[in-house]
Amino acid sequence: MSKWQCMVCGFVYDETEGLPEEGIAAGTKWNDIPDDWQCPECGVSKSDFEMVQI
Amino acid sequence: MSDAPIIIIGTGLAGYNLAREFRKVDDKTGLVLITQDDGAFYSKPMLSNALAKQKAPDDLPMGDATKMQNDLNARIITRQQVSSIDTQNQQVALDNGEQLGFSKLVLAVGANPFQFPMEGDATGDVLTVNNLDDYRAFRTKLEGKKSVAIIGPGLIGCEFANDLAANDYQVNVIGPDEAPISTLLPTAAGQALQAALTALGVNWHLQKTVSAINNSDSGYELTLSDGQTIQADVVLSAIGLRANIALAKAAGLECNRGIVVDRHLKTSADNVYALGDCAEVSGLVLPFVMPLMQSARALAATLSGKLTQVSYPAMPVMIKTPALATVVSPPEQAAQGEWQIEKTEQGVKALYLQDESLLGFVLMGDAVSEKPVLTKRLPAVLA
Repeated sequence: MSKWQCMVCGFVYDETEGLPEEGIAAGTKWNDIPDDWQCPECGVSKSDFEMVQI
Repeated sequence: MSDAPIIIIGTGLAGYNLAREFRKVDDKTGLVLITQDDGAFYSKPMLSNALAKQKAPDDLPMGDATKMQNDLNARIITRQQVSSIDTQNQQVALDNGEQLGFSKLVLAVGANPFQFPMEGDATGDVLTVNNLDDYRAFRTKLEGKKSVAIIGPGLIGCEFANDLAANDYQVNVIGPDEAPISTLLPTAAGQALQAALTALGVNWHLQKTVSAINNSDSGYELTLSDGQTIQADVVLSAIGLRANIALAKAAGLECNRGIVVDRHLKTSADNVYALGDCAEVSGLVLPFVMPLMQSARALAATLSGKLTQVSYPAMPVMIKTPALATVVSPPEQAAQGEWQIEKTEQGVKALYLQDESLLGFVLMGDAVSEKPVLTKRLPAVLA
């Protein structure tokens, strides 16, 4: 399980926790998040920005 | 000069993202980054909503210069300015006298706030926030204070107004425009944002300018163009940004509103490139994150030897005003269409249409959810 951070707004996606409020179950790998997903904080799309592993 | 490194001037989002993209395709070529700040990597857009996120200035960096140096396998020269560029001999000179040769040079020097001249004995106390050092000074000045006057009702001014008002500061916003963010939003949409921020407690003084700022017993007194006066503990100016072209101009590079570059992000000099807020790409100066990321990827490929043109897809901009979430994709300046604006249940949906084609939009409140679908209908900004 790893964490990914949005390079635009600093939002952190934690694979362990997922994003249950957006229907992404705890334990969902970053790679398994759909391509049309958008950063909940700043709205840039998964393909258009960088999440880096932290 | 084949052994000379690639030099990037600037370690904002443009400089660091370019370095990161470059290292994905080339882990050998020497890389030097030069910055006038401390080299911490942070995202400038985070400055305007850090209060809401309960972040202190020192919480914002995602890495300091040492970490970035290791991550990027680069030399990072901090707290130094480049005093001149010699494009002929491919050298830059630093303020400390050091001369550095480059194989390729990238200007990622950003944009700086500009200010209109004002009268008064306190104009020197007006703050601008364009980098983390500025933001530290702003937060220090805010400590124990209650009221902030913001000059400039544009995107940054409104984001700060929202962040401050939501954290119990009294906020006055002053500017000549008829409605907020007039460069990006049609008037009706700007007015919807104005109403949402008013509900949060923001006071507006539109269609007015600030003529004077003087020290007063309680802090500062601003005199507006109609003679009205406003008291404030802190004054923040957010009128707008201008590309930093001075260094490029002095080096003889072609400049217009920004440093003029082609679709390969190459300036008028060989082996010298520019990207981000300082660059004018095919006539466009777009000081937003998405264009910068597109440019960083294309330029990284070009610098590694694979000549790549930058393309811009439609790139909606999120405006960080939680009082009324707003996303905007402005039509190009020459567009001949019209805005069709409708109120939704809890927001605004404004479509810019020319004949049947969607060329831009503003989505606010509940209408923001339509962003993915509508973005697919927009034309590319640079195909």
